[in-house]
Amino acid sequence: MSDRIIEFDKVVAGYSPSLTILNETTLDARRGEITLLIGPNGAGKSTVLKTLFGILVPRSGEVRFEGRVINGRSQRDLLADGIAFVPQGRNLFGTLSVRHNLELGGVTLPRRDLPARIEEVLDRFPRIRERIDNQASTLSGGEQKQLEVGRALLLHPRVLLIDEPSIGLSPKLVADVMAMLRGLADAGTTVLMVEQNVRTALKYSDRALVLEMGRLALDRPSSDLLADPDLNRLFLGGHAAAASGAAA
Amino acid sequence: MSAPARRAAMLVAIVAALAIGAAFLKRSDVYLLTLTMVYLMATFGLNLTVGYAGQMSLGQAAFFGIGAYVAAIALKAGVPFLAVMPIAAVACFVIGLALGFPALRVQHHYLAFATLGFNVLVYLILRNEEQVTGGTYGISAIPRPTILGVSFEGHLAYFHFTLASLVALGALLWWLLRSPWGRAFAALRDNPIRAESLGVNITAYTLLAFAIGAACAGVGGVYYASLVEFIEPGPFHFSTSLMMLLAVIIGGSGRFYGPVVGTIIIILLPELLRGSSHEALKFMQKWYLVFFGLAVVALMVWLPGGIVSLADRFRRRSTS
Repeated sequence: MSDRIIEFDKVVAGYSPSLTILNETTLDARRGEITLLIGPNGAGKSTVLKTLFGILVPRSGEVRFEGRVINGRSQRDLLADGIAFVPQGRNLFGTLSVRHNLELGGVTLPRRDLPARIEEVLDRFPRIRERIDNQASTLSGGEQKQLEVGRALLLHPRVLLIDEPSIGLSPKLVADVMAMLRGLADAGTTVLMVEQNVRTALKYSDRALVLEMGRLALDRPSSDLLADPDLNRLFLGGHAAAASGAAA
Repeated sequence: MSAPARRAAMLVAIVAALAIGAAFLKRSDVYLLTLTMVYLMATFGLNLTVGYAGQMSLGQAAFFGIGAYVAAIALKAGVPFLAVMPIAAVACFVIGLALGFPALRVQHHYLAFATLGFNVLVYLILRNEEQVTGGTYGISAIPRPTILGVSFEGHLAYFHFTLASLVALGALLWWLLRSPWGRAFAALRDNPIRAESLGVNITAYTLLAFAIGAACAGVGGVYYASLVEFIEPGPFHFSTSLMMLLAVIIGGSGRFYGPVVGTIIIILLPELLRGSSHEALKFMQKWYLVFFGLAVVALMVWLPGGIVSLADRFRRRSTS
């Protein structure tokens, strides 16, 4: 079986016919790795995740999951296939309890499987177990992110798509969330992550894909990029080619 | 005693007080209480659509009317009340699905106008299809139910029957809202995009909430027809839908007891003010609509969560 679990092959996608964000984007994510998508604002990082999760339908090109074309499949089907998505920002239903938020994550599961799956998640996140009957809006930022990820894990996804998990979190909590994602990847879940907090994310990821203007500009092991002295320049207005050349 | 047990005990006490206290009320007051409960069946349903599924509907009176006319025609044809009720509920549920399927493609004020158009259409049919509906002459001599040999013909007996039915409907909705369906409705209202990303079928759940809301209005219509014993199109005009929506919003949409408070205020309070012979309230008899309008404006400005949200405010203030 190929190591490439996710593949984008010359994908063109955007939010309207006149607004193309992904411009013949070709990239891949490998099984059991954390693949980090980075790049300047508007480069198409979040659009990759939305296209992969069926929120946007590619105008051309192919999106493949385990070798099968998944263009235009519904989010419900993709969840059943084993792809889960944690979008950017606050994703909990604040008026509901922690338990009810978890139950919503398992809405596509057979009812009899749900209690055991919730127990699994609570074993993984003991802090969430302590708050199980609390209203979700009363959780701290870190707890909320744990709950969001835990809810996504209820379906035993093979691929977890996560958009900007560090938003609104303190540096300590960011490190906790990254370590949690690292643990998931080490246990076999493929993680495709968009993150603006590049330096921290590079420490925990395996591979970094740099997007510019909707195209893949750079594909390097995260450790190489982290050691690159041009990293700051790259993300503060420089061009990916500069980093690529400097590192070569 | 835990908070839920305390609430349940309070509810039982209120229902018992109503059931016993009604015997000491005037016939017209019992009628008003029954009318309030009948409208509450419809506003309970509207709260599901508006408050829990987050869809704006201005067509609830149309379903209320469909339920009432189905009941009037069927009861006069000799169909037993216990059969009429599910027939009307299913009819409104199916019509709700048929209307919701195209209408729910749009949201917010567009959906409000689509449902308002439906209400106008139903009103015109009720008024113009004389052979079936009696047109503006309506349908009279609608019988009250006799179930298993027990007659609910009398005003007090019908009040108790309506009260018991309302409690049953409330319990059913309470269960529904605490089931996975109810949580999916709440997720839809809070954030439909996020709900969809979890696999919640937002089209199906929205449609379901709308259709169940319509069915509740249909059931309310059945009880209304038997209560007033004569129906004509007037009470099913879209202004009644506006009034029902107002009841849900001023009571507290998306809160279980919101429609209870809202319906009491909208139906009962104006009638009590108008009918009161108390000297201090005579002034209100002339001006109650003006005061009522101003009170609603003030309420929406300072208490947009509805009257029931006051309890949350006090709770937050006492804990901070």
